[in-house]
Amino acid sequence: MAIFNEKQARPAPSNTKGIINWIFKNLLATPFDVAMTFTILAFLFWVIPPFINWAIIDANFVGTTKADCTGTGACWVFISQKINMFIYGFYPENEIYRVNIVFGLFFVFVTLFKYFGNSFITKIVIFSVYPVISFMLISGGYFGLPIVDTNDWGGLMLTLVVAATGIVVAFPIGIVLAFGRQSKLPVIRNASVVYIEFIRGVPLITLLFMGSVILPLFFREGIDFDKLLRALIVITLFQAAYIAEVIRGGLQAIPKGQYEAADSLGLSYWQKMLLVILPQALKVSIPNLVGASIALFKDTTLVLIIGLFDLLAMVHLTGSDSNWLGYDTEGYVFITFIYWFFCFSLSKYSKIIEARYNTDHR
Amino acid sequence: MSDNIVEIKDLNKWYGDFHVLKDINLNIKKGEIIVICGPSGSGKSTVTRCMNYLETFQEGSIVVNGVELEDDVKKIRDVRSNVAMVFQHFELFPHLSILDNLILSPMHVHNIPKKEATKTAMEYLERVNIADQADKYPNQLSGGQKQRVAIARALCANPTIMLFDEPTSALDPEMINEVLDVMVDLAKEEKTMVCVTHEMGFAKRVADRVIFMADGQIIEENTPDEFFDNPQSPRLKEFLSQIIH
Repeated sequence: MAIFNEKQARPAPSNTKGIINWIFKNLLATPFDVAMTFTILAFLFWVIPPFINWAIIDANFVGTTKADCTGTGACWVFISQKINMFIYGFYPENEIYRVNIVFGLFFVFVTLFKYFGNSFITKIVIFSVYPVISFMLISGGYFGLPIVDTNDWGGLMLTLVVAATGIVVAFPIGIVLAFGRQSKLPVIRNASVVYIEFIRGVPLITLLFMGSVILPLFFREGIDFDKLLRALIVITLFQAAYIAEVIRGGLQAIPKGQYEAADSLGLSYWQKMLLVILPQALKVSIPNLVGASIALFKDTTLVLIIGLFDLLAMVHLTGSDSNWLGYDTEGYVFITFIYWFFCFSLSKYSKIIEARYNTDHR
Repeated sequence: MSDNIVEIKDLNKWYGDFHVLKDINLNIKKGEIIVICGPSGSGKSTVTRCMNYLETFQEGSIVVNGVELEDDVKKIRDVRSNVAMVFQHFELFPHLSILDNLILSPMHVHNIPKKEATKTAMEYLERVNIADQADKYPNQLSGGQKQRVAIARALCANPTIMLFDEPTSALDPEMINEVLDVMVDLAKEEKTMVCVTHEMGFAKRVADRVIFMADGQIIEENTPDEFFDNPQSPRLKEFLSQIIH
């Protein structure tokens, strides 16, 4: 007869733990792995030390003119001299504080959102007040602030304005389009499909050209339709089509039973979609939504085509300054880091909200 | 007016060319407990799902609570707010806590204030012995717990009719009884229940009438005693011999 003896738990075998084991298991497991590991190490050794030499050891950090750059490395003086142009474009020097207030307010509103955004209403209020205040501050004409023409907006500030408007305004439009594409009403469904497929079938550059050349034809002659506004409209409409497709993917991931359960409880179409289906669809879509947002953030560089001076365009421009010819490499390295910083932050933020809304508990 | 809460008359339904429901006639009295059984593909789920218009039909009529089911959003919502359904796969909303699942319909369909809805919801959770899980999320519960929550959610709208579409078919064997116990408990009330199930023990204990369907038709209906002890049609005899060992 079998007798039941309860066995004590034992620690896992020692060769499954520790950094040495990790190295042998992940880097040196097979001859091919060994070869790959050493090839990559050699490559890094070939690339990283020269870059560090150039960027830090042989570089010049202080000074005011080209003449202060005596080292063989990077001339960061170029960046420090032109930093205002990179960040604010041609925004008047003594009005720059207004943009800084907007940057600062961002963190104030994030905090407000975090501590007072308990109900849906306060969330919406906080969320919509910030852009309005920002617009008033940056464009001027309110509170007795002098007006700054949008032609003078530029640099990182412009990049952020274009990207944020595109991402935020396109979001609700994208939701409506995604619902439209699933609608039972043929007119709405087909209109959504045609719109989405048209936009997705045309490059953003083409759309931007169309926006700056064709859109004005629809307005009475003499009305000067703001160049930046045109770009914002085009980018928002462009992004909406992509967001719609991302959300449609999320909607399709929701089982039919969820729709039926909502129906059987007597919820109306909009209650069903907004309370039951959309929250789940958005949760599934977070990684792709952030992916689309990052793509848009980088696509904003295309606005230089229609004569707006975003961050990238400012490097072009300052690099051709006759006092600083040949130093645009530093500029490109610098803005590479800035673009990377914002995109990486977005990506990290997506991880945070994914975790916050995770109710799978698996 | 008759005392029938559900009147199904000459109901016919096709999926494409497939004739899935054939001349179904069924009247259900208020407070009656009906069990529908039959082999898979016999149309038993479909006929149940027609009763709250989750499925449309091409011919015949269904009157629920005196309202005829037809393509009219308002009428359908009106009927659905009185007819609750429990699904085979629970269909709890995974992004909402258990409590929020329960108060969703009372708050948004019946316009009951949150405080009151919460109170009612907690009473029903208490009744299905799961009140301690109110703040958890559906995916943290076992199958049997999920189905009990689903029943509590259905009850929260205070429906006059409860539809059960194979409520125990997706459960592990050891969890079936905890769900059946809740259903037996419910059967003591005045609620009208329509249960599609293979749990013959349940049918024997609580059903007023058992209906046997096959190939889209109602083959036989009778009181549980007669149904199990004295089946008439060969189809039913064969079916019973296969499921009762």
